[in-house]
Amino acid sequence: MGPLEAFIKGMMVTGRQFIATVFGKGLVTTKYPQVMREKPQRFHGRHVLNRYEDGMEKCIGCELCAGACPARCIYVRGADNPPDHPVSPGERYGFVYEINMARCIFCGLCVEACPTEAITHSQLFEMSTTNRADAIYTKEELLVDEDGQPNHMFGEDRFADLQELRKADGWMRATSPQGRVAYEGQVAWSGSAGVGVRPPEVGQSDSDEDPRSEAADG
Amino acid sequence: MDWIDVALVAARVVVVFALLMLVTILLVWFERKVVADMQNRVGPDRAGPWGILQTLADGVKLFFKEQITPRKVELGLYLAAPMLAAIPAFLMFMVVPFGRPFRMTIGGEVRTIPLQGADLNVGLLYILAMSSVGVYAVVLAGWSSGSKYPLLGGVRATAQAISYEAAMGLSLVPVVLFVGSMRVSEIVAAQSGTLTFFNQTIGLPAWNLFVLAPSFVIFFIAAVAETNRAPFDLVEAEQEIVGGFHTEYSGLRFALFFLAEYINIFTMSALAVTLFLGGWSGPTWDGSLPVLVSGLLPTVWFFLKVLVFLFLYVWLRATLPRLRYDQLMTLGWKRLIPASLVWLFCIGGALAVRQFGLPWS
Repeated sequence: MGPLEAFIKGMMVTGRQFIATVFGKGLVTTKYPQVMREKPQRFHGRHVLNRYEDGMEKCIGCELCAGACPARCIYVRGADNPPDHPVSPGERYGFVYEINMARCIFCGLCVEACPTEAITHSQLFEMSTTNRADAIYTKEELLVDEDGQPNHMFGEDRFADLQELRKADGWMRATSPQGRVAYEGQVAWSGSAGVGVRPPEVGQSDSDEDPRSEAADG
Repeated sequence: MDWIDVALVAARVVVVFALLMLVTILLVWFERKVVADMQNRVGPDRAGPWGILQTLADGVKLFFKEQITPRKVELGLYLAAPMLAAIPAFLMFMVVPFGRPFRMTIGGEVRTIPLQGADLNVGLLYILAMSSVGVYAVVLAGWSSGSKYPLLGGVRATAQAISYEAAMGLSLVPVVLFVGSMRVSEIVAAQSGTLTFFNQTIGLPAWNLFVLAPSFVIFFIAAVAETNRAPFDLVEAEQEIVGGFHTEYSGLRFALFFLAEYINIFTMSALAVTLFLGGWSGPTWDGSLPVLVSGLLPTVWFFLKVLVFLFLYVWLRATLPRLRYDQLMTLGWKRLIPASLVWLFCIGGALAVRQFGLPWS
């Protein structure tokens, strides 16, 4: 290919994209604050601390998340539940819970380590701050309210999909308790406040059959 | 030469100045929008309708920013360089006519007012001179910054300007030979009407483009190189030498370099139109249209033609990767200069034959 031919070919590529975009076909970006793109169900966004359906906190202050964290950005202190006003079902609850979002790498190991599905990712991703202290999220900021709505900073006029913000804990539905790729059989995760027991993800099988044999048939 | 003449010249200068400022504001926005479209993006769309005021916002921001003066600069030249870039850029456009001269009765006397800053009899030489002075700004900015990356940019500018200045000058000689004048208004006037070729009238406008196509190609390539635009933007190659010559400039001084670059793009496009595409000439339907409309139509034709070239500039920028240094030199010295010399000999011979006949007859 001679240089002139290559030049014309290259100009044609940008020319085609120009025409496509002008006629509204090629555009791949969105007008972000007005138009929010739908995020994947298992999106690793800002963490939330979930509650059970009766409003009890799921966190038991075991610090397994802090131990699993490769970035050492989680700080947890547990405390004994007050007998007359228990915060969580069980003996202990998370008294202090802080995540330094400036250090977090959003790997999700804390979510996997959590024995009670207390900490999960959410769809929130706007976490810019103007000082480092603000990057540390405290328990008050991380905990969902009684209806299971994460603590968000969207006012009434924002175009955020508040239902989308409730789409948490996708990872645990990603694999069945048996460790298979597809979900099978009994739901093995606990219900959450506001949303109840979440169904398996779209595309997962809920039959008892081995999905691998199904794939072989298809 | 009475005071009315002086006032008219001053008015024309102010008009050209305002025009260039307006064009720069729109051109930066146009470039960002078109490049965005070519890259499947939206581009600026917040300031004003379609983001058209984006450049104004950026300009105001630059105006209020701190102008940092590094400790190692040669202060005099460092301060002079941005002005040296902006002033020739404004001056260069002064000789380009952007509309048909119109008649007006002022003080009981009918005057012809050309839509042009000044109609010099050495117009083309003046343009080449001004574009060379503009290069000094880049070289001096690079040298006086007292920093290595600007120096590298300045050195590159020197070599690039010399290489392509020659090709550009040589590509303009056939135009001067063919038209027989260096006056820009006469070059435009020579291109009105329809094309005549060996006493045959062809249904094409008598633009120099159709007769002097090789000159046009060489001129346009050299013009892109002269304005330091992609793919010849080695002078300010961001990926290699930070910002090149303007690395150490900030605030209003940087804005002046930026302004100069975009005015130069517009001027070079306007020159390509004036010298090869008939300038403001085009159908005006005199008599069948109101006087004001047919008087403004040439200006419309001029800006439409210029817009084509501005789009081409942006299109090139969106498409082509930067040339390597040896490729730049090869293209300048081994391709463009020999090609323009050969073409100059051809056109010179043809014109001599037309004027004096074949030597053996």
